[in-house]
Amino acid sequence: MTVTEDRPAYKWVGTRPIRHDGYEKVIGKARFAADLDLPGQLHAAYLRSPHGHARIVSIDTTTAAGMPGVKAVVTGADFPDLDPADPNFDVSVNVMARSTVLYNGHALAAVAATTRAEAAAAVAAIQVEYELLPVVLTLDESMADGAPLVNENNVTKFVESDGPSNLATVNVLERGDVDAAFPAADLVVEREFDTAYVHQGYIEPHACVVDVGPNGKADVWASSQGHFMVRSLTAAILGWEPSRIKVTPAEIGGGFGGKTTIYLEPVAARLSEMSGRPVKLVMTREEVLRATGPAPASKSRVKIAASNDGELIAIECWFGYAVGCANDFAGLVGAMSVASYKFPNLKLEAIGALTNTPKTAAYRAPSAPQAAFAIESVIDELAQALDMDPIDLRLRNAVEEGDPTAMGMPHPRIGFVECLEALRDSDHYQSPVPDGAARGVATGFWFNIGEQSSATVNLNEDGTATVITGSPDIGGSRASMALMAAEELGIDVYRITPVVADTESVGFTDVTEGSRATFSTGMAVVNACRGLIEELRARAATILGVEQDAVTWIEGSAVADGHDPLPLSAITAKAKSTGGPLTVTGSLNAAGAGPSFAAHCCDLTVDEETGQVAILRYTAVQDAGTAIHPSYVEGQLQGGSVQGIGWALNEEYVFDDEGSLENASFLDYRIPVASDLPMIDTIVVEVPNPAHPYGVRGVGETGIVPPMATIANAVARATSTRMTSLPMSPPRILAALEAS
Amino acid sequence: MSRTHVTCTINGDQVDFLTSDDTSLLDALRVELGLTGAKEGCGTGDCGACSVLIDGRLNCSCLVFAPEAEGSDIVTVEGIADGDHLHPLQQAFLEGAALQCGVCTPGVLIAAKALLDANPDPTETEIRYALAGNLCRCTGYDKIIRSVQEAAVRLKGAAR
Repeated sequence: MTVTEDRPAYKWVGTRPIRHDGYEKVIGKARFAADLDLPGQLHAAYLRSPHGHARIVSIDTTTAAGMPGVKAVVTGADFPDLDPADPNFDVSVNVMARSTVLYNGHALAAVAATTRAEAAAAVAAIQVEYELLPVVLTLDESMADGAPLVNENNVTKFVESDGPSNLATVNVLERGDVDAAFPAADLVVEREFDTAYVHQGYIEPHACVVDVGPNGKADVWASSQGHFMVRSLTAAILGWEPSRIKVTPAEIGGGFGGKTTIYLEPVAARLSEMSGRPVKLVMTREEVLRATGPAPASKSRVKIAASNDGELIAIECWFGYAVGCANDFAGLVGAMSVASYKFPNLKLEAIGALTNTPKTAAYRAPSAPQAAFAIESVIDELAQALDMDPIDLRLRNAVEEGDPTAMGMPHPRIGFVECLEALRDSDHYQSPVPDGAARGVATGFWFNIGEQSSATVNLNEDGTATVITGSPDIGGSRASMALMAAEELGIDVYRITPVVADTESVGFTDVTEGSRATFSTGMAVVNACRGLIEELRARAATILGVEQDAVTWIEGSAVADGHDPLPLSAITAKAKSTGGPLTVTGSLNAAGAGPSFAAHCCDLTVDEETGQVAILRYTAVQDAGTAIHPSYVEGQLQGGSVQGIGWALNEEYVFDDEGSLENASFLDYRIPVASDLPMIDTIVVEVPNPAHPYGVRGVGETGIVPPMATIANAVARATSTRMTSLPMSPPRILAALEAS
Repeated sequence: MSRTHVTCTINGDQVDFLTSDDTSLLDALRVELGLTGAKEGCGTGDCGACSVLIDGRLNCSCLVFAPEAEGSDIVTVEGIADGDHLHPLQQAFLEGAALQCGVCTPGVLIAAKALLDANPDPTETEIRYALAGNLCRCTGYDKIIRSVQEAAVRLKGAAR
């Protein structure tokens, strides 16, 4: 079901063609990073810290280097030391520890050998002397007076530094006067919440193959959310110019933010440089969980005041994010993500604090889910106390165009009210709650971003088009690019070949983050197509012997009075005689990424004997601006919802006292499986983003923001017990039921 | 290191290869035989991305040693289409947008084929349990389940 404002009638945009890369993916021929092998290739393996925090007194690789099959060994000494103020310092240290290991699983050496087994055997022969340092695992430990330093190179960002600190960031946002507002309010609800570290859980482990040639140039094949990002970070960590490196994007087996940084490529490059052989480096699942970015754990206090007739008057929050072993902006963004209601009085403080756990990484709408879990839970409690429908309470206070965000800037045109209305009017919400079940509702917001993208569109002599971009296709973006190009050029979507090109074959394109690919890269494609249409009109004018102004482009043909329409293929066939190849590049630094709002609803039961939650029905509503390929928009909503269901019910990092991850497998870190779930119904709301030629808003992230509170709110109504701690796993639900 | 000579049928072809005793069938398929459709998502049998059929039974090929394949009949994702004619599951997955990143897709298709081979008319719950060993992190499973349902309808129609 789609709820759409008036918009132009499109021929291709909004249709559901089979994705162009689908065939290879269903016959097993699509090449992901681990699928590539090069002649003469070596296999590499890591030595990882068995300690949560330790100084490296010495590393002796002599024995390892002499073992069978071993061709190269690297440690931190083989990489340049960046200045701690360098923006790439933390990634560099995370890729390979220098003087100190900062978490259990931190890489401190790597070996390349002719087989994986030989590399692993040599890793086991590396002798390391550690001096153990205090391990800080939780937010409370990190912020305690006199707490040991997690990372001696960390200073608090964006404030006057008074030396090393466990504090990553501090952000305070204020408007109105909360101190006056709370005492005067009819009703105040205040709660504390906490959430666990959770992993993005992409099914494809990080992998790359790197071949450094005798000319010193590196060929890198890797899966990532942005191969130009891989190039720039790899270069920075090696101390190379980026142009020494060519990165070819492999198909990416899921990222969700976790592949917006790198772990492997500089290590494989150095090993290849030293050995003179291509080096393949593939993480195990255990390594993925122990040493790649989980999302931050969090604690929060949320206090909201309302009037008896349901006006939300004031909000005061404190959010703390445990960001892992290095600085991260989670604390900044967490506060900024509070943007859904008109609160005249607002005070938000958010901090990030370091812990001796893996360096956290982005995970779909990073920092917003933790904040929304807390706020949307308190709002639900207010609705219960006021005896108001939870959607009505939200509608009464929902932000619209012009209302301020947490930062104070006005919202652009947004579709939050439309999402709430669509949910309220949905079959799900209008149906009675099943016997024995309860219903929960919550909402979510995410900013989205623009950034730099490039696209080249080539028209071929047979009248087809090749659309070349630099954004990896994570979930159907090739099809989206082709649909927008088809709409512009007026040719069949299957006459378009969308290509994701390497770093030497397309213009610079930023990493895919902030749900920006279809928005920004799509705009680069549209711009290139519009440039081509100008060129096509000029060529048609030449062919027809008329002025260019007399030619218009209509549905794939040049049209001029007194002449038969001249189809695109007739013009491309005469490219040589009319001026040469037809190719145009579009590039931009996009502004105006429209925020995307969501509203979710679920029906569930709680087994009060086992603590097990069963989701019976789930509906996700979200504003997509315009859904270019509705199936893949729905897929983003469904995937985000289910990741949120996992975050809500099962997923958490379990560390022992020394910081060793006790559940580093998919058996013990349990993500949702098909039998845990019902169908995930979607309603795509389309309130066009005025900053995009087709009205696109990014849709990739907002879907993970509402589920935790949606489920907690249903659990609260099912059991009269409010769960304030994630995950709401059976033992925790039982404990909460017993306590209440 | 001694190597074992293995002879088996893979996707209808007689195949023989040399392998060491500690090599998984998954590695033998991917490295020795160049069949990289099956993926390694975990190496511990928890994600199902490496699913193959061995003598008609669904297996995680990461949990099978390559020499155990001796004499068996193996089907991988590369072998379920009939030439250029996609298996109804593959066609339904394409039309139903049942894949996003696509890395779990080979294993999901094999597990779904194992189900439909044994049970041509599964309920939604039966499909969900049959695919419970195949992790997908992108789709939330909705479009996968619907596409398996659609393929089951088409297969029954074709059999009639």
